[in-house]
Amino acid sequence: MRKKYVVLSLLAIALLLFVTGCKKKIPAPAPLPPPVVAETKPAAPTIATFVAEPSSIDRGQSSTLRWVVEGADEVSINNGIGTVMASGTRQVFPNNTTTYVLTARNAGGSVTRSVTVNVNVPPPPAPEKPPAPVASLQERVNQLVDAYFDYDKFGIRLDASSALTQDADALKSIFRDFPSASLILGGYCDPRGSAEYNMGLGDRRARSAMEFLSNLGVDTSKLRPVSYGKEVQTCSEATESCYQMNRRVHFATGN
Amino acid sequence: MKMTKPFRVGLFSLLGLTGLVLSLGLAWAQSERTSDIVLKILGTSRPKIALPDLRGTGAALDLMPVLNQTLYTDVEMSGVFKVQPKSMYPLQVPQRREDFRPPEGNRYGNGLYLRDWSQPPVEANWLAVGYAAEQSGRLVLFGYLYNVNEPDLANAEVFGKMYYGSLDDAGARAVAHEFANDILKQFGSRTLAGTRIFFVSNRTGNDEIWSMNFDGTEQKQFTQLRALTLMPAISPDGSLLAFTTFAEGTPKIRVYSAETQQRKPFVNAVASMNATPEITRDNQHIYFSSTADGKSTQIYTAGINGAGMRRLTYSGAVEVSPRVNPKTGADILFVSDRGGTPQIYKMNADGANAERLTEGTGEAHNPAWNPDGETMAFAWSRGYEPGNYNIFIMDTISRQYTQLTYGSGRNENPWWSPDGRRLVFGSNRNGQSQIWTMLADGTQVQQLTSSGRNRMPVWSVK
Repeated sequence: MRKKYVVLSLLAIALLLFVTGCKKKIPAPAPLPPPVVAETKPAAPTIATFVAEPSSIDRGQSSTLRWVVEGADEVSINNGIGTVMASGTRQVFPNNTTTYVLTARNAGGSVTRSVTVNVNVPPPPAPEKPPAPVASLQERVNQLVDAYFDYDKFGIRLDASSALTQDADALKSIFRDFPSASLILGGYCDPRGSAEYNMGLGDRRARSAMEFLSNLGVDTSKLRPVSYGKEVQTCSEATESCYQMNRRVHFATGN
Repeated sequence: MKMTKPFRVGLFSLLGLTGLVLSLGLAWAQSERTSDIVLKILGTSRPKIALPDLRGTGAALDLMPVLNQTLYTDVEMSGVFKVQPKSMYPLQVPQRREDFRPPEGNRYGNGLYLRDWSQPPVEANWLAVGYAAEQSGRLVLFGYLYNVNEPDLANAEVFGKMYYGSLDDAGARAVAHEFANDILKQFGSRTLAGTRIFFVSNRTGNDEIWSMNFDGTEQKQFTQLRALTLMPAISPDGSLLAFTTFAEGTPKIRVYSAETQQRKPFVNAVASMNATPEITRDNQHIYFSSTADGKSTQIYTAGINGAGMRRLTYSGAVEVSPRVNPKTGADILFVSDRGGTPQIYKMNADGANAERLTEGTGEAHNPAWNPDGETMAFAWSRGYEPGNYNIFIMDTISRQYTQLTYGSGRNENPWWSPDGRRLVFGSNRNGQSQIWTMLADGTQVQQLTSSGRNRMPVWSVK
């Protein structure tokens, strides 16, 4: 066994001697100089400038992107612009505020810089009127019916109660469609009492109707009672039918 | 049972006689009762005066119609006298003291004897005479007052004076007012000349406040608010005018200087209505009706600028037209329907002790205090259809009343003259409402306006 080790060792020594003996014997060709590129990595490119002029436009106007890049193999801008020269300008027409990203590349790496063009979007056109209330506020109010009263009274009669019940539904719908509407609930009297007393009586009639409407769920904070006493007459004959026309509450637009 | 004919005749005669006596008695009682209030205001008997037209010479001639009309209006409207009809006057009218003659026997002097004026048909107690002329470019009026019941001419002349004025209509009116005032002063009264009436007129298209002289002359627009403006109230001294206006959409009160027409500060209560203002005699407070409680129209008081508002009534009824006693300031007349229909009530200035003055029949509105602080005038539909008001006056203490107009249309908003002897009121007796005046006994009814619709008069001392 020991002989085996000795032989192997001798062989290894002989081989080593052979190899070193060969090297010196055969002249090797001059090694190629190592490539410069591979040897020292180049610096990443520099984006000296990347601006949008102006940086804020109205929709439909243009902005100019201007850039200066040094040391890049390839320069590109996103948003569909693509590869560009190392320095240059490009007019853009963004529809909305857009951020442009410039990417400069070379073997040393890539750098990016972004610039944003703010686009002022014009206010949207007035929204189309909701289709439900086809009639104007005035037209809707004109459809409200008057409620009538007995002479020198402000109690709600049966006919007045059905008139006001009808008005209550209409008023709720009006206030739903015209949330900012405020209406006058005018109280009127026939010409027979004194002007002074009728101012008070007209107010009583308006308040009486308001209370009735309130009980039906109408938002009466949107109704303003105004007494016109006997100062505004719809009918001027000295007949009971005409007097009756004047003893009423009447809705009107107004503040 | 059979009655003999004579007995039956006798019975019916007796019944008829009883009826006659009863009705006579009622009529007597009625006239006695009504005259009480009128007599209290106008005096127990009104002296009779003869007021012949004065004559003028030269440049004064053309001014005589204005001068005579002014003198007559002043004297007649005062209600101090009964002016005897001119058609009864003698043919010769003395113009100065030298024109009178001492009477001879029982003869008629054709106007130159004093007794020609005291005896039928003139039957006057007093006689005012005189004449006007031009003197150094001015108008001079010689005016005399005679007691024609005085037999002695020397004692009969009450006064003889000269009055100077400019030689034009204004001067003629001025001297006539002065002469009239001197006549009335002898009887403890004075001319209404210089007093004004504020009223509501729609002649511009809107109801606005207007003013005019007591005789209807010089009608002038006071407010230019171009909005329904009504219910004027004048302070007892004539310096402040308050009213109700829709200039801001709802009825609100405004206070103005009656003289300069400048608006005074007044803060309205937060309410759907503030109306029917009334100014106290010290010009420091205002009474008014307001819906400040959000329920009903009640009576309130506040400072003249609206500050310090205080509620006086708590009835929940419709209550308007507060009128403060101009003599005492202690009690307030107002209209309320707390009893069912609008009637006139009286309460203390603090709102206590409200009591109804009118009977409860018909509708009673527009109370107005006589300057005496006892009598009130008001509009009442008693005895007529609703809306057909007549002017009544009532003694607020005894509650006796008398009716001054009788069913000629709608008569309302009475207001007393500063001398308390006349009333101004609105009446539609000729169609549209116009301003009228009358003596406190219902006579001497005169129309003062005719253009547009005119109503709600208040009489100012100046």
